[in-house]
Amino acid sequence: MPKTIAEINERIKSGKAVVVTAEEMVAIVRKDGPAAAAKKVDVVTTGTFGPMCSSGAYLNFGHPSPRIKMQKVWLNDVEAYTGLAAVDAYIGATQLREGDPENSRYPGEFPYGGGHVIHDLVAGKEVHLKATSYGTDCYPRKEVATWITLGELNEAVLFNPRNCYQNYNVAVNASDRPIYTYLGQLRPKLGSAYYCSAGQLSPLLKDPTYRTLGIGTRIWLGGGVGYVAWQGTQHNPGVPRDEHGVPKVPAGTLTVIGDLKQMKPEWLVGVSLMGYGTSLAVGIGTAIPILDEGLARTAGLSDEELFAPIVEYSDCYPNLKKSPAWGSVSFAQLKKGLIEIEGKKVPTASLSSYPKAVAIAEELKAWVMAGKFLLTEPVAPLPGPESGIKFQPLKVRERRNDDIKLAK
Amino acid sequence: MRTKRYVLTFPPEEVESPVIYHLVKEYDVKPNILRAAINPREQGTMVLELNGKKENLDKALEYLKGLGVIIERLGQDIAMNQERCIQCGACTGFCPTGALDYERPAMKVVFNEDKCIACELCLTACLTRAMEGKFRG
Repeated sequence: MPKTIAEINERIKSGKAVVVTAEEMVAIVRKDGPAAAAKKVDVVTTGTFGPMCSSGAYLNFGHPSPRIKMQKVWLNDVEAYTGLAAVDAYIGATQLREGDPENSRYPGEFPYGGGHVIHDLVAGKEVHLKATSYGTDCYPRKEVATWITLGELNEAVLFNPRNCYQNYNVAVNASDRPIYTYLGQLRPKLGSAYYCSAGQLSPLLKDPTYRTLGIGTRIWLGGGVGYVAWQGTQHNPGVPRDEHGVPKVPAGTLTVIGDLKQMKPEWLVGVSLMGYGTSLAVGIGTAIPILDEGLARTAGLSDEELFAPIVEYSDCYPNLKKSPAWGSVSFAQLKKGLIEIEGKKVPTASLSSYPKAVAIAEELKAWVMAGKFLLTEPVAPLPGPESGIKFQPLKVRERRNDDIKLAK
Repeated sequence: MRTKRYVLTFPPEEVESPVIYHLVKEYDVKPNILRAAINPREQGTMVLELNGKKENLDKALEYLKGLGVIIERLGQDIAMNQERCIQCGACTGFCPTGALDYERPAMKVVFNEDKCIACELCLTACLTRAMEGKFRG
């Protein structure tokens, strides 16, 4: 008998719900099969913690006296975007500090950027605010420099346009020099392979066709409560999938939102990627209602059953070329530390933290069991595999199409 | 016989002396230079493994101290800041000796100081700069 989300919430409220982590669900499905697991388990919690570049926060500083229309804003010398109302700004994770030498001394170290600013704010540190303006009749002030803390801001909202990639590439480097990528420093001649996914704990791999997760879904975000605001940028649901509906290549993504003031510094950590830039490691967890056998099956997919594609990052990825047919590799194999490519044993390492993903799934499980976190019906679904939505490359044209038409 | 690893800081006036030669010739110890940054007339640093009898090692260290060399045991030199570490394991792809490795199957990232040769590859491989080292080459 299929269950409903409302029924599961009633069980949560009465303290009767059976809640397990995705890791525990793997063992339950393996032992009892998906049908019995669906009867037994009400909720499966997931978790992931890794660098997610398309992250940031919008802030409202309030007005000094006299008022200012902030035209440029810096937080600890990192510029925030202010093409919004007078004292609103958006600080993005990958924005660098003013004067960072970038890759002029290759590879750059990128010690501090927007991701670090967000972490410092959440850690309760004082952050230096500088703003400049041209001055208007209603906002006459032209400059302000002060210190702020998260608690003093009117609003501070984490709003990440693309998080939680459903599956991700395993990056390797076939060239004869080391390369520095957003997936880490890759040794030459297939000398190392880096991956970035929590595998069997990863939120979107456990409900691969977005049956229970959609716009408005409540999630665990950065140690607080957040929501799915929309599908993420580059959401690409129409890719090839396996018999369980799990995409074989990167596919779905989420836009997530939540109150930064509720979040915790250990779950929003600024990161520096040598030769690449800065980013923000974000922790996200979801609670999947196990409505039927199908959801029990996918929530119970193991690292042995989940595969990530191997992609070449020195030439193929940057130039939008197809990677050699190296196929895919299971997360179980990736976690063992060695994969084989063209007969060569390649050591693996991860940018996503498995122990932290476990900790997130465990904490969310505790929240659900304590009745602190109820499940939600999506307000609207995310575009699924049949939606026809496809991720497009940028077509670079030298002339405007309108001009070409006119010339004809 | 015992093997110990040290971080040596040489005063500028000694960087051009054949110190390693004296260690071998006079004190009968086997030096193995793991890493060195020595420039004329500047303070030099070296990560040195010494193998030999205890009494010879003690005498060799006395000799170095007499030259004004600052001697620190290796292991205190590279440290993992547990608060900063996010347990991803990006460092494990760089560590040549396996001092940084996953504890499987939990995938916890552990630092075994005994295996560390202070090559410092982990310092910039770490996303959160949780690996800290005093020895800059």
